[in-house]
Amino acid sequence: MASKVTCWKHFVIRVTKVTGVFDGYAPTPATYDEMFDGPFVRPAYTSIYTQMQHLREEEIASRSDFLARSYVDEGVTFDIGGVERPFPIDLVPRLISAKDWSQVEAGVAQRVRTLEAFLDDVYGAGAVFRDGVMPRSVVTSSPHFHRVVAGITPPNGVRVHVSGIDLIRDVTGQFRVLEDNARIPSGVSYVLTNRRVISSALPEVLSSHRIRPVERYPQKLLAALRAAAPAGITDPTVVVLTPGVYNSAYFEHALLARLMGCWLVEGRDLVCQSGRVMMRTTQGLRPVHVIYRRVDDDFLDPVYFRKDSLLGCAGLVNAVRAGNVTLANAIGNGVSDDKLVYTYLPDLVRYYLAEDPILPNVDTWRMEDPAHREEVLDRLDELVLKPVDGSGGKGIVIGPQADRPELDALRARILDDPRGWIAQPVVQLSTVPTLTDGNNAGPRHVDLRPFAVNDGGDVWVLPGGLTRVALGEGELIVNSSRGGGSKDTWVMSGSGFARGQEPPAGPIRVAPRVTRAESVVVQAQDQEQQQQQFGGMPC
Amino acid sequence: MLSRIAESLYWIGRYLERAEDTSRLLEVHQQLLIEDPIVDPEAQVDGLLAVMGLDVAPEVPRTFETVMRLLAHDPNSPGSIAASVDGAREAARRSRETVSTEMWESINTFYLAVREGNLAQLRPTQAFRMVRERVAIISGTADGTMSHDEGYHFLVLGRTIERADMTARMISSAAFSASSPYAWQTTLRACGAHHAYTRYYQGRDSDRSAAEFLLLDRLFPRSLVHALTEAEQALANLDVGERRAGFSGEASRAIGRARAELEYAPLDEILADLPAAMHRIEEACGAAGAASSRRYFEGAAAMQWHGGAW
Repeated sequence: MASKVTCWKHFVIRVTKVTGVFDGYAPTPATYDEMFDGPFVRPAYTSIYTQMQHLREEEIASRSDFLARSYVDEGVTFDIGGVERPFPIDLVPRLISAKDWSQVEAGVAQRVRTLEAFLDDVYGAGAVFRDGVMPRSVVTSSPHFHRVVAGITPPNGVRVHVSGIDLIRDVTGQFRVLEDNARIPSGVSYVLTNRRVISSALPEVLSSHRIRPVERYPQKLLAALRAAAPAGITDPTVVVLTPGVYNSAYFEHALLARLMGCWLVEGRDLVCQSGRVMMRTTQGLRPVHVIYRRVDDDFLDPVYFRKDSLLGCAGLVNAVRAGNVTLANAIGNGVSDDKLVYTYLPDLVRYYLAEDPILPNVDTWRMEDPAHREEVLDRLDELVLKPVDGSGGKGIVIGPQADRPELDALRARILDDPRGWIAQPVVQLSTVPTLTDGNNAGPRHVDLRPFAVNDGGDVWVLPGGLTRVALGEGELIVNSSRGGGSKDTWVMSGSGFARGQEPPAGPIRVAPRVTRAESVVVQAQDQEQQQQQFGGMPC
Repeated sequence: MLSRIAESLYWIGRYLERAEDTSRLLEVHQQLLIEDPIVDPEAQVDGLLAVMGLDVAPEVPRTFETVMRLLAHDPNSPGSIAASVDGAREAARRSRETVSTEMWESINTFYLAVREGNLAQLRPTQAFRMVRERVAIISGTADGTMSHDEGYHFLVLGRTIERADMTARMISSAAFSASSPYAWQTTLRACGAHHAYTRYYQGRDSDRSAAEFLLLDRLFPRSLVHALTEAEQALANLDVGERRAGFSGEASRAIGRARAELEYAPLDEILADLPAAMHRIEEACGAAGAASSRRYFEGAAAMQWHGGAW
C-alpha cells in the first residue's frame, strides 16, 4: 500500500483494496501517541502496523467479534452494579519496548521497596516522623491507618505481597506514577486472559514478535504467599478469601485460586479458634496458614472493624497478631495508597533507599498546604481534583470538563476538608490506536498498571501489566468501573521481533489517508492532497 | 474439600438432572396431547403440574402454553427448566475454581442460550432436544475432565438423588392417569426407557412389565433401583471412615432402605399401592439430601478425626 501512485489504472485498483484499519488515524494534538510519531510509525509498532493494516475490514470485524464472544462464553466478566458484563478487550495490542520496560521494572520495584520500608516504619519505630521527612499527622489522619496492627511484624517482613502501581505516559512519553495500590489491586486476571485470547485472535502477529510471557504470575504469587507462611509451617495451606460472587472482581478471585490450586473461601467458610484460623470442610475443620485476602480491611474482622460485616471472620486480627496466620496483603496498607502520602513518595524514596526516584510522580498540590490551596482555588477550572482516599476513579473532578455549579460545590468541599483533596494538572494520558465502532482505529487514552509480587527476597514485576483504555473519544478516566476497556500489553524481549521477522530498517511512513468515496475523481484529488500533505510523490 | 463447594457441586448435579428430566416429561406430555384421542387435556395439564409440585391458581388456563411457560422458559417459575439452568450456573459460578474450566464453559454457554430465550423461540421439540443434549455434554465433560475425587462424588450424588426423585414422580403420574391405555408406554418414553424396554421384553409388553422395568431393572441407568444404587455408591465413596459394620451416615441409611424395600418386596405388593410407594421414595430422597447437608455442607455436625486424610 506504500506503492507510489503513478497512473490512473493503478490508482483505481488501490481504491478498492486499501481500507486499512489505521487509515484516517488522527492523533490527538499535544498528546503522546504510542504508535505514531507524526507521519511515521514508531519502530516498535512497525510489524503490528503493516500486518494489521493488511487485514481486510471483514477480517478485523470477525476477529474483534471472536474476542467479545469468547469472553462471554468463558464468563470473563467484570460486575458493574451487580450485573455481569464481559470485560471489554481491544484487538490492537499495546507494545512496550525492552528499553522502556527496564525503566518501568526498576522504578516499580523501587517504589514497592519504599512502600514496604514506609509501612514498616509507620507501624513500627516511626523514624520518618522523627526525622522530619513527613508530619505524623499525614498518616494518623488517614482513614486507612489502623492502630490495631501497630507493632505486628509479618513473618517474612512483607506487607505488600502484591501491588499495582498505576503509570501514565506524559506528552514526552515519560512514564510517571499516578497512584500506588498496596491494598488489594485487581486486574491481573485480565492480563492473563487477554494474552490467551489475543494469541487466538492475532496468531500471526503475535508469532512475529518476541514477547515476554505473562503466565508465570500465579506461580510467582503462590511462591510469595508460601514464603510468607508463619514460622514453623513447612507445607502451608494457602487460601484466597473473596467477598463472594457479587464482588466486581469475583472472576479474578476464582481464576487466581484455580491457577494456584488453592481453595477459594468466603468469610463464612472460616472460623477462628484460640488464635488459629480454620476452614469448614466436609471432613471437619482444617487449619489455614496464609490468606490471600481480597476483602477490604474494613470488612475483614468484625471484632476490630465494621461490626456488621459478614464478609470476614471474627478473630482474624488476633490470629495474625498471634503469628498463626499471614494475611496478604497486610492490614493497614491503605495508608501508603493515600494520595496525600503519594505526594511525599519521592522524598521517601530518597530517605529510605538513598536513591533517586526512577519514575517521577505527576506534579501535585496538597490542599492542606495554605499556599498550594490558594493557588489551586484560583484555577480550579484548569486542574484535576482528587479525593485522597478514593479508588476506581470515584469522586474525581476534571476542572475543564466541569460547569460552574460543580466547581462551586467542589470549592466548598475543599474548604470544608482540605486534608481530603489533592490537585493535579490535567495530564493528557498517552494514546494508543483502538478499534472504534466502525472497525477503524482511533486514538484512545490509556494507562498502565504493572503488578509486582514481593516474596521477601525479591520484587518481581510481571512483564506487561494491565493496560486500561478509556473507550470514549477524549475520555480520560480509564477505570473498569467507569466503563473502561483493556488491551493486551506486550513487553518486547530483546529487539522484540522473531528471527527473520525484523522490519526493514528506516522509518515506515504512514499510508496516505484514503477514504471511500463515490467518485474516483474526488478520490484522486483527495489523494493528491494527502500525498502532498505527507510529502509524497504527486501523480 | 470446602463444605460450601461440596454443596455447590451437589446442586449442580441436581439442577442439571432436573432440567433434563423436566424436558423429557414435557416432551411426552406434548406428544400425548397431540396423539392420544381420549385424553382430557385439562386433566392432563393438572396432573402434570401436580406431579411437579406446582400450585397454580384456578383461573390460569390449562393449556400447553401455560405448561411451557411454567415448566420450561419462565425463569421465575421455580420448577422451570430455565430456573434449573440458572441454579446450576449460579452454583457453578460459586465453585468456579473447582469445576473444570471446560465444564464451566459448557454450563455457561447453556445458560447463555437459555437466557437469550432459546427455549421459547425454538420449536418445543427442538428445545427439549437442546436441553437433553446440553446436559449430556456437561455430564460427559464433567466425567472426562474432573478428577473423580470427593467433589465428583458430590456431583454424582446430586444427580442420582434427583434422578430417583424425578423417576418416582413420573411413575406416580402414570399410576394416576391409569385410565389411559397409553400411560405406561408414555412414562417409559418420558424416562428415555422405551427403546431399552422394547428390546428387553421384545413386544411382550404389559403395564406390569413396564412398571417392573422402570422400578427394578438393574442395568437401565434411569430405573429407580439403578439410580438409588448409584446414589448409595456415591455416599459410600464419600464416607472415608472404616466400614466394618453397617452404615454410619443417615443419608446412606435412607437411600439403602428405600432401595432394599423396592428390591425385596414382591412386585404385586408395590403395584397395589404404587403412589404410596413412590411417595416413600421421594421422602427417602428428601431425607438423604437433608442428611448430607447436615453432615457435609454445614461442616459442623460430623467432626470426625481422620488424621491426614485430607
